[in-house]
Amino acid sequence: MENKTLFRPGHTACAGCGQVIAARLVIDTAGSNTIVVNNTGCLEVLSTRYPESAWAVPWIHSLFENAAAVASGVEAALIYLGKKEAINVIAQGGDGGTADIGLQALSGMWERGHDILYVCYDNEAYENTGIQRSGLSPYGANTTTSPPGTQSFGNPRPKKPMPEIALAHGIPYVATCSVGFIADIQRKVKKALSIKGPKYIQIHVSCPLGWRHEPAATVDVARLAVETGLYPLIEYENGKLTAVRRIIPKPVEEYLKAQGRFRHLLNNPEGIKEIQAIADHNIEKYGLKAESQATA
Amino acid sequence: MREFLEGSRAVAEAVRLCKPGVISAYPITPQTHIVEELAQMVANGELNAQFVNVESEHSAASVVLGAVATGVRAFTATSSQGLLYMAEVLFNIAGLRLPLVLTCANRAISAPINIWNDQQDSVSLRDSGWIQLYAENNQEAVDFHLMGYRLSEDKTIMLPVMVCMDGFILTHGMETVDIPDQAKVDKFLPPYKALYKLDPTAPLTMGLLADPDYYLETRFAIQETFKDVLKLIPKINVEFSSHFGRDYHDGLVEEYRTKDAEKVIVAMGSVCGTIKQAVDELRSKGKRVGLLKIISYRPFPYARVYEILKDVARVAVLDKAVSLGAYAPLAVEIKAAFFGKKKSPKVISSFVAGLGGRDITLDSIKEILRKLTQKEVSLEFIDLKPELLREEYGE
Repeated sequence: MENKTLFRPGHTACAGCGQVIAARLVIDTAGSNTIVVNNTGCLEVLSTRYPESAWAVPWIHSLFENAAAVASGVEAALIYLGKKEAINVIAQGGDGGTADIGLQALSGMWERGHDILYVCYDNEAYENTGIQRSGLSPYGANTTTSPPGTQSFGNPRPKKPMPEIALAHGIPYVATCSVGFIADIQRKVKKALSIKGPKYIQIHVSCPLGWRHEPAATVDVARLAVETGLYPLIEYENGKLTAVRRIIPKPVEEYLKAQGRFRHLLNNPEGIKEIQAIADHNIEKYGLKAESQATA
Repeated sequence: MREFLEGSRAVAEAVRLCKPGVISAYPITPQTHIVEELAQMVANGELNAQFVNVESEHSAASVVLGAVATGVRAFTATSSQGLLYMAEVLFNIAGLRLPLVLTCANRAISAPINIWNDQQDSVSLRDSGWIQLYAENNQEAVDFHLMGYRLSEDKTIMLPVMVCMDGFILTHGMETVDIPDQAKVDKFLPPYKALYKLDPTAPLTMGLLADPDYYLETRFAIQETFKDVLKLIPKINVEFSSHFGRDYHDGLVEEYRTKDAEKVIVAMGSVCGTIKQAVDELRSKGKRVGLLKIISYRPFPYARVYEILKDVARVAVLDKAVSLGAYAPLAVEIKAAFFGKKKSPKVISSFVAGLGGRDITLDSIKEILRKLTQKEVSLEFIDLKPELLREEYGE
């Protein structure tokens, strides 16, 4: 990591924003020979309000859903100029811009094989517009468009399996990260950028506003998502699972009660059971369970 | 070199001569032949460009946006639904002040789905910040692409250019066109040198959030630049003429037998060829009729229109598009050119024809001139079939 950060202070993020911690880690790991293309969303709004910009690298924002396509054009231009080998191209966006409205452009970028790292900052809702449900909102979550009520217990659907969708495109590198595990973000970004072709990294980033936890709890809440098995940290190279973060699984209640968006479920044993089943499925599927404390 | 070519091939040759480094392509009729020809040129090594087959027009526009933001000249083409699907990106490209040339092979808009020609697609994007030039024939289509890049990339302009050519009528029509020499084109159109670009050696932020303290000025600046476009198009045309020998005069409009004319039809695109023939026939019978062809629809050359038409008794405006629920788009502009002015035609009548590929024949044009009487008419649809207009509401 360079001594001087490439994502400079002075931006307008909320206190405790997990996304800006992750975004700074990504760009500082990538280094100054990087062009960033950003979807519309929290990160764009909070970092580039004219006449100020937090970015010390070349950076462009066009629209909500087209960062992957704009980055494809940037990459094609760099190839034309003979400069691609020396310059990283990173496209990035939030979960809505990635998994919902931007999925078509992202699928196109993957399928065409562009040498681009796409980073999804997954705070599990449209936080920028006021905490609306996205395709990556977790099962049961209270968002402003999936509120619990007498006929609803919150978001009725599980998260869209974006890493699997990425893998189905046959791209050479797919990984998940969490703002609770900083060195892991740095390692995976470095690894991804060492590989030619399309790469996908999805980083779980806690949002004090939308998730309703104290700003100081950002890292702790994110860690709990990983430690319960609800957000498995996985790494695929050329379609093969090459690494997972092993855990001594904690009950999902510990994660659910650490934030306000699941509060309505805490007196609902059935609901908690269903969410525990999601964690158990992840633990089984990816072999997350550590043999002992030492391997966790 | 003069060659007998399909319009799409001719445009592809023009684009090749402009040396774009990135081309994005998504198929839609009747634009597709243009990018097919370019794909073959790249495959044959005749054109050194990155050819990106995208998954939608939205991404086609986004890819060329990214390329030109990185400092590389770029090209794409589309039609109809494709242009509408691009619309969000097209406004964005203009707002970012990125120079580009896009070919719009004009086609009707769904529903009902219809692949044939009218100008509803590009006319619907008149407010997007794109310069719009309408070609009458394939030679103009070729030449407007060359001029389009010059205009768009001029440091005082930095706005994108849409070259509009009627789908099928021009894109699939065979005509003899002069394809200029590369050496001449290189002199007329130097390599693109970006004022601003994404470059790690000089990082800058593009596409910022402008709050109410700043947004208004960005729109005003584009509006002001369009005044400069009106001044620059004639200058570029003078230069073009000296390089290539073809003279489009001011490049904003073409006057055809308008001096002493009592009746003038105003129109855009390929229908102007048909109108010229009708004008010639009627002139040979002693009728004083003429044509005013609008080439630059955005910016709109109000002053030129005023000068040319102010002493004409009757004007017929022929639109190949509508603004449903309001007056026809071109007619609005022509009337606006005379609003509050000292002189004006006594009659400015508005006609709509050719939507969805309905042929506009010599008879259609003569019908318009017959209906151009002392009594002003508005939104008069030509060649309607009354038998198709019976209303049936079922039970």
